[in-house]
Amino acid sequence: MDLSYGEGYEQFREEVHTFLEKYRGKVPRPIEWQKILIENGYAARTIPKEYGGYGAEPDILQARIIAEEFAKSQVSPGMGGQGISMLVPTLLEMGTEEQKKQFVGPTLRGELVWCQGYSEPNAGSDLASLTTSAVLDGDEWVVNGQKIWTSTAQTAHWIFCLVRSEPEAPKHQGISFLLFRMDTPGIEIKPLVDMTGNANFNEVFFTDVRVPQDQIVGKRGQGWVVANAILGHERGSLASPDATLTRFNALVSLMKDETINGQRLIDIPAYRDRLMRIQGRAMAAQFNEMRIFSARINKKQDTKLAGMIVKMQGTELRHELEGLAIDAMGELGLAFGDNPYLRGGGMWQYQYMYFLGLVIGGGTNQIQKNIISERGLDMPREPKVEKK
Amino acid sequence: MEFGLSEEQTLLQDSVNRFLDDRVPLDRVRKFVTDGDDGDDIWQGLIELGVPGLIIPESAGGVGLGCLDAAIVAEALGYHVTPAPFLGSVVMAPVALIEGGNQEDLLRAIAAGDSTVGVAFGEAVGARADAGFEWDGARLNGKALFVIDYLADYVLVATSDKKILLVSSAADGLSRKALTTVEKTRRTGELVFKNTPAELISEDPNVYFRVLDAGRVMLAADTLGAAQNMIDQSVAYAKVREQFNRPIGSFQAVKHMCAQMVADLEPCRAMIWYAGYALDQLPEEARLTACHSKAHLSEVGRSVSKTATEVHGGMGFTDLLGLHYWFKRIGFNRQMLGAPEMIREEAAQVQDLC
Repeated sequence: MDLSYGEGYEQFREEVHTFLEKYRGKVPRPIEWQKILIENGYAARTIPKEYGGYGAEPDILQARIIAEEFAKSQVSPGMGGQGISMLVPTLLEMGTEEQKKQFVGPTLRGELVWCQGYSEPNAGSDLASLTTSAVLDGDEWVVNGQKIWTSTAQTAHWIFCLVRSEPEAPKHQGISFLLFRMDTPGIEIKPLVDMTGNANFNEVFFTDVRVPQDQIVGKRGQGWVVANAILGHERGSLASPDATLTRFNALVSLMKDETINGQRLIDIPAYRDRLMRIQGRAMAAQFNEMRIFSARINKKQDTKLAGMIVKMQGTELRHELEGLAIDAMGELGLAFGDNPYLRGGGMWQYQYMYFLGLVIGGGTNQIQKNIISERGLDMPREPKVEKK
Repeated sequence: MEFGLSEEQTLLQDSVNRFLDDRVPLDRVRKFVTDGDDGDDIWQGLIELGVPGLIIPESAGGVGLGCLDAAIVAEALGYHVTPAPFLGSVVMAPVALIEGGNQEDLLRAIAAGDSTVGVAFGEAVGARADAGFEWDGARLNGKALFVIDYLADYVLVATSDKKILLVSSAADGLSRKALTTVEKTRRTGELVFKNTPAELISEDPNVYFRVLDAGRVMLAADTLGAAQNMIDQSVAYAKVREQFNRPIGSFQAVKHMCAQMVADLEPCRAMIWYAGYALDQLPEEARLTACHSKAHLSEVGRSVSKTATEVHGGMGFTDLLGLHYWFKRIGFNRQMLGAPEMIREEAAQVQDLC
C-alpha cells in the first residue's frame, strides 16, 4: 500500500490548480470553455491532435488529478454526453480514418451532439434481440423500427444506432452500428416522461429513414462487438463513489440542520445508526474504487470481480442514501417541485427516484448478477429456450 | 500509488495459506473441537512461519511488520477456521506492550512462541451485569467473562476506565473456567480474580483504543476470510449439485445469491487493507476505519454466512459438510469487541456526530 502520487505528480497537481484559480468564477460559455480546456489538455487529453484532441500520452494518475482538482474547485470539467464519452472512444478504435476526421473533432468541441439508439421496447435486458431493421437499397440503408430510453434525442444532431442488418444470422452476428443525422426524414421523437416528472428519455421512431451506406462503424454484422466495447464503459460511471461521498456529506449537513420536535435528526439514534451503516458501505465502495484504479496503473492484482459489482452496489447504495434523507424528514420528505418548504432544491426526492431508474438502467441489477455469476464466478448459464 | 498488497505480503499470505491447507484441513479443526486437544501442532506451525512475532520489532526478536500484515494473516486463519491464540498473542498484546513500553522480555517471549496472551476486554467495551471487577492499583477482584484464549500464559485485561493490565496465568487467586459458546474453534472462558496481582501496562485511553482498534480489524479480517471460504464452497457446490436435471448453479435463484454475496464481500477486501494500513500509517483515520470495518464486515458476514448455508440446501444445515464452523466463526467475530450497533455509535462519536 502506498497512497501517495509522488513528487512529479504533485507538481502536475499544482499546474492544474493554478489553471483553475485563473478561471474560477470566470468560466466562459460552454463551447468556448471546451475549446480552452482542450487547448490546455484538461479535456480530450489523450486524444490525438490530428483528431482534435490535446495529444498527451495516457497517464491515469494525471487524469485522476485533473478530475480531483476540478471536483474540488467546482469549476465545470467541460462537456460530457454520450458522443464524447461513448462514441469518440469507439470511433478511435473501430472507425475509418475518414470517420475519425469527420466526427471526433466536432464532437469533442461540442459542435456535434449525439444520442444513442440501443434499447428497444422488446429488447431491454436482452439487447441483442433488437429488431429495428436496416435493409440495403442501392447505396443506402433503409431503417425502420423504434428505439427507447434515448436521452438527448431532441437536442442531438446525430445518432449512433444499432440495427438488424442480417436477419438470417444468429442474433449477435446480425447487428450493425450505423451513424445518421437526426434531421433525416422519417425520424419522429416522443418525450418519455418518467417518475421524476421530467422527460429524461425519449422514444424515437424510424420510418423508411435513408442512411448512406458508408455511415457504418465496423463491418456489416459487427455491431454487437462495436457496442460492447463501450457498454462496459457506461456501467462503471453510473455510480461513482466520489459522487456518493458528496451526497453523504450533504446528508450529514441535512441531519444536523433539520429538527423534529426540536431535536436534530442526527440526535435520533435510529436515524443515526442508518446513517453510519450507509457510511460504512460507502467507505467500502470508495476503497474498492481506489483498488480498481490502482490495478489500472499497476496490473499486479486481479480486480475483475471488484469491477463487476460497482454498478450494482453503487446504484443500490445511492438509492438508499437518498431514501434515508426522505425518511428522516418525515412529511417534509415528500416536498417536491414548487413546494415552498422544499429542502436541498428537491434533490432528495429527485435523486431517490432517479437512482431507482439507474438500478434498472445500464443493465438491470439482475442482469448484473447474471454477469457476476456467469462471467465472474464461471457458474453455468441458464439453458437456452428455443425460439417458437 | 499502489492500493494493494506488496509482493512480500502476498508471499506471506500464500505461505500461511499453504501451511493451513496442508496441515489444518477441516478434519483437524473438528478434532480440536470434539477431542478438546490443545492444538499445539497448529500453533507450532504458525510459530515456524514467524507469525507470533509479526508486528514485534526486530530488536525484540520479531519480524517488525505492521497491522496490515497481521490482517492478511488473520484473513487466512478465518478462511481455514483455524484454532490459534492469534488475536491476543500476535496483535493486541504486542500493540499494548509496544505502546506501554518496558516490556521487552515478554515481547521477546511472544515473538519466540514461548508465551501466549488472551484478551479480556468485555468490561471496557460493554460491561454486563453478570461480570465486573475492581483494580486497586495492584490487585484485581471480581470476574471477567468471555475471555478469549482464557487458558493462555497471560491475559490482557482492560478496565472500564480504559486502563490495560496484564495478568499471569500463574498469578495468585486466579481461577479459570471454560464458558461454552456456539463457536468452538476459539476457547472462551471466565476468569475469577481474588486479590490477583495485575501489572499496569497503560493508563492512556489512546493506547486502549489503539489496541482495541487493532483487535477489531483482525476480527473483521477473520470474517473476510471465513466469508470468502463460504462463497467458494457455495459456488463449487452449486456447480456440481444437480436437481431437475441441471446444476443448481444454472438457476438464477441460486446464482443470484452467489452474485449478491460476492457483491457484498468484494469491497470488504479493500476496506480491510485500508483499515490495516490506517492502523500503521494514518493515525487520524485509524479509529473511524477500524470501527466501520468491524461493523460493516459483521453485517456482510452475517448475510454471507446465512446465504451460503442456504445455497447448500439441507446439507448446509448438517454437521456433515461442516459449514457451520464458518457460520459460527463469523458470529463470534460479530459479537466480540463490540457488536455492530454499538460500534456504529462509536463511529458517530469519533466524528462528533453525537
